[in-house]
Amino acid sequence: MDVLMLSRLQFAAATLFHFLFVPLTLGLSILVAIMETIYVRTKDEEYLRMAKFWGKIFLINFAVGIVTGITLEFQFGTNWSRYSQYVGDIFGSLLAIEATAAFFLESTFVAVWAFGWNRLSAKAHMVSIWLVAFASSLSAVWILTANAWMQHPVGYTIRNGRAELTDFMAVVSQRFAWQEIFHTTTGAYLLAGFFVMGISAYHLLRRRHQSFFTKSFRLGMYFALVFSLVEVVQGHIHGAEVAQIQPTKLAAMESHWETKANVPQYLLVIPDEKNERNRLELGAIPGMLSYLAYHDTQATVKGLKDFPPEERPPVTINFLAFRIMVGLGFLFPLLAGIAWLRRNQLEASPFLLKLLIVAVPLPYIALAAGWVLAEVGRQPWVVYGVMKTADAVSPISVSQVATSFAALVAVYSLLGGAAFYLIAQHAIKGPEPVEVVVNKEG
Amino acid sequence: MLQSIWFVLWGLLWAVYFMLDGFDLGLGSLLPVLAKNDTEKRIIYNAMGPFWDGNEVWLIAAGGVTFAAFPNTYAVMFSGLYSALMLILFALILRGVAFEFRGKVESANWRKLWDACLVFGSFVPALLLGVAFANLFRGIPIDENGIYQGTLFTLLNPYGILGGLLFVALFLVHGSLWLALKTEDPLRRRALQLAGKLWFLLLGVAVAFLIATWFSTRLYDNYIKNPMLFVVPIILIPFITVAALLLVRRFIGRGQVGRAWTASAVTIVGVTFFGLAGLYPNMIPSSLNPTYSMTIYNASSSPLTLKIMLAVVLIFVPLVIAYQAWTYRLFSHKVSEQQLSLEDSY
Repeated sequence: MDVLMLSRLQFAAATLFHFLFVPLTLGLSILVAIMETIYVRTKDEEYLRMAKFWGKIFLINFAVGIVTGITLEFQFGTNWSRYSQYVGDIFGSLLAIEATAAFFLESTFVAVWAFGWNRLSAKAHMVSIWLVAFASSLSAVWILTANAWMQHPVGYTIRNGRAELTDFMAVVSQRFAWQEIFHTTTGAYLLAGFFVMGISAYHLLRRRHQSFFTKSFRLGMYFALVFSLVEVVQGHIHGAEVAQIQPTKLAAMESHWETKANVPQYLLVIPDEKNERNRLELGAIPGMLSYLAYHDTQATVKGLKDFPPEERPPVTINFLAFRIMVGLGFLFPLLAGIAWLRRNQLEASPFLLKLLIVAVPLPYIALAAGWVLAEVGRQPWVVYGVMKTADAVSPISVSQVATSFAALVAVYSLLGGAAFYLIAQHAIKGPEPVEVVVNKEG
Repeated sequence: MLQSIWFVLWGLLWAVYFMLDGFDLGLGSLLPVLAKNDTEKRIIYNAMGPFWDGNEVWLIAAGGVTFAAFPNTYAVMFSGLYSALMLILFALILRGVAFEFRGKVESANWRKLWDACLVFGSFVPALLLGVAFANLFRGIPIDENGIYQGTLFTLLNPYGILGGLLFVALFLVHGSLWLALKTEDPLRRRALQLAGKLWFLLLGVAVAFLIATWFSTRLYDNYIKNPMLFVVPIILIPFITVAALLLVRRFIGRGQVGRAWTASAVTIVGVTFFGLAGLYPNMIPSSLNPTYSMTIYNASSSPLTLKIMLAVVLIFVPLVIAYQAWTYRLFSHKVSEQQLSLEDSY
C-alpha cells in the first residue's frame, strides 16, 4: 500500500473511532443537564441520582472522545501537510476557533462539574453541565462548518498558490454548513436518546430500579422520538442539497449511470461498477429520484457517465452506506413511536424492551454510514472541485505511516475495549444506592 | 507587523501550554517516585484531577493557531516531525484516559496498567516536546519545498536530546512543586525535598543547554548582532529566566512553595521565549540552506485571516484565562485522604 492509501485508512479509522464517542457526548450532556435541572427545580433526589448515574457514563465516554479528537487535529499536519498548506488559511482558522471558543469551555467546565458537587451551589453546578452541553454542540458547529467547506468550498479565491479567505461570513453562514450541522447534531441527539432508552430497558426488563429507569426511559424516549422525526424530514432536505452541489455523490449513492429526465427510484438495485451499469434494477417508482432530488418528477438527474472516470467516487460503498443510513433513519421514528405508544405499559412489553436493547448500536451504525457517505462520496476530492485527495497527502514515507497506523490500531483497540467494558459494567450495575449528597448551599 | 504580532501570540500559546501542562506531565512522570502506596497515588491523580484536561487544551489551541496563522509552519513542522509527533499523541491519549479509567475497576493489575500509561504518557511528551523544540531552535533539514529530508534519528542529535532533558528537568521540578502545593505532609515534604534535589539537575542541564546553544544554533545572533532597539527589550528575557530559575531554589529552601512554583512557571515561559526571540523571524530554520527556512513571512496566512484570528484570540483567550483561573481557585484546596473520601474524585 502507498502513503496515500495508508493515510486515508488511518484518518478514516481515527475519525470513525472518534465519532463512536462524540455523538453520545453531544446528546447525553444535554440529557444529564435536563436531569439536573429537574432536580434543582423539584428537589426530587431521584433526578440527582439520575444525573450522577448517567453523568458517570458521560464522563467515561467524554474522556475517550477528547483524547481521540486531539489526534484528528494534528493528523491534518502530519499526514495531509499539502492540504494544510493549500487550505490552512480557511480550514485552519475554523479549527483554531473551535479550540479557543468551544473546546476550552467544554474541557474546563466538565472538570468543574465532575469535581464540583460539594464546592458549588446546586444552581451553579447545574450551570456547569449546561455550559458543557452548550460548548460540546458549539464545538460541533465549528468542526462541521470546516467539513462543510470541504464539501462545498465558498468565500475563497486561489491566490499565491493556495486557497485564501475572501469572505469569512460566506464560510460560516453558508446553507450547506447549517444543513450539515443540523443533520449531524440531530443524529447525535437521537443516538443518545436510544442509548438511554436501551439501558433503561435492560433494567426495566429485570424489574430493577423501576421508578429510576422509567423516568430515564421517558426522557430518552422523548429525545429519540423528537429528533428521529426531525431527522427524517431534515435528512431529505439535506439530501436534496447534496444533489445540487455534489452531483457525483448523488449519482454514486443512487448508482445512477446515465443522465436522464424523469428518473425512477428502484426498490432493489445491484450496482455493477466494472461495467458502469446496474446488474439488477427492480421495482421502479416512476420519477421518484428526480422528485426526491429536485422536487420535480421530470427533472434531469446527471448520471455517473457524465463525469470523467477519474472524477467519480466509488459506487458500491456509497450506495450501501446511503441505504444503511436511510433505512435505519426510517426505523428510528418507528421504534421511538412504538415506545411512546407503550410508554405506560413498559413492564408489560418485554418484547419491545428487548428490541430497544438491541437497537442501541443501530444509531452508531447509521451515523458511521453517514460519515462514510459524506467523505467517500466526496472522493476523489478532498475539497470538492478544488483539490484532489491524492494531491493533499504529506511527503512522508510508507514505513512511517504503516508504523503509526499499526500503533493507532493497537492503542485504539485497548482504548475502545476498556471504554466499552467500563461503560457496560457501569450501565449494567445500575445506580448507586441512595446517598445523601450535601451541597454547600442546598 | 501583523505577522510579528502573531509570532508573539504563537509563542505565548506554546509557552502557556508548557507552563500549565508542564506540571502535570512532570508530576505524572514522578508518580512511582513520589507515591509510596495506593492512597498516595490517588492523591497524586487528584492533585491534577480538575486541571489536566483544561491544560491540555492549550496544546490544541497552540496547534490550531499554528494551523490558522502559519499553515506552512504547521504543515512542515508536523509532517517533518511525523514519528515524534505521533508518539506524543499516542502517549497523551493513553495518559488522558488513565485518569478516567484507573479507579473504575477494583483490581491491582488494572490500576498498574493505567499507572504505567500515566507515567509513559507523561514522560514521553515531556521529553519529545523538548527534543522537537530544540530541533526547531537548531534547524531541521528541509529543502526548498519545505520537505523534510531527515529521519526520526536526525532529531535525536546531542542538542535535541539535551533540549529533551531540559524540558524533562523543568517539568519534573514544576510537577513536584505542584504536588507540594496541593498536599499536606508527609507527601508535601517529600515532594518539596525532591524538587530541591531535582533543581540541581535542572541547573546542570540548563547551563549545558545554554552553552550548547552557542555552538549548535544561531539563537544568540539576535541578541548580539541586531540593532540596540531590538535587543534591549529581548535581552530582558534571558535575565528574567535566569533570575527566576535561581529564585526557585531560594523559595524551595525557605519552604515557600507557592512562590517557588510561580518562579518555576516564569522559568518555563522564559525558556520558551528565550528560544523564540532568538529564532525570530524564523520559525523553522533549514539546516540545509538558510534561504529554505520557514519564516513568519513565507509561512503565514493571508492578512484577512490573520486579522480575523487576532480578533478571535483577543476575545476568547482572556476569557479562557479568566474562567480557568476561577477553576484553579475553586479547586485550590489541599488534596488528602480524608478529602478524597468525602468528594467525587478519581
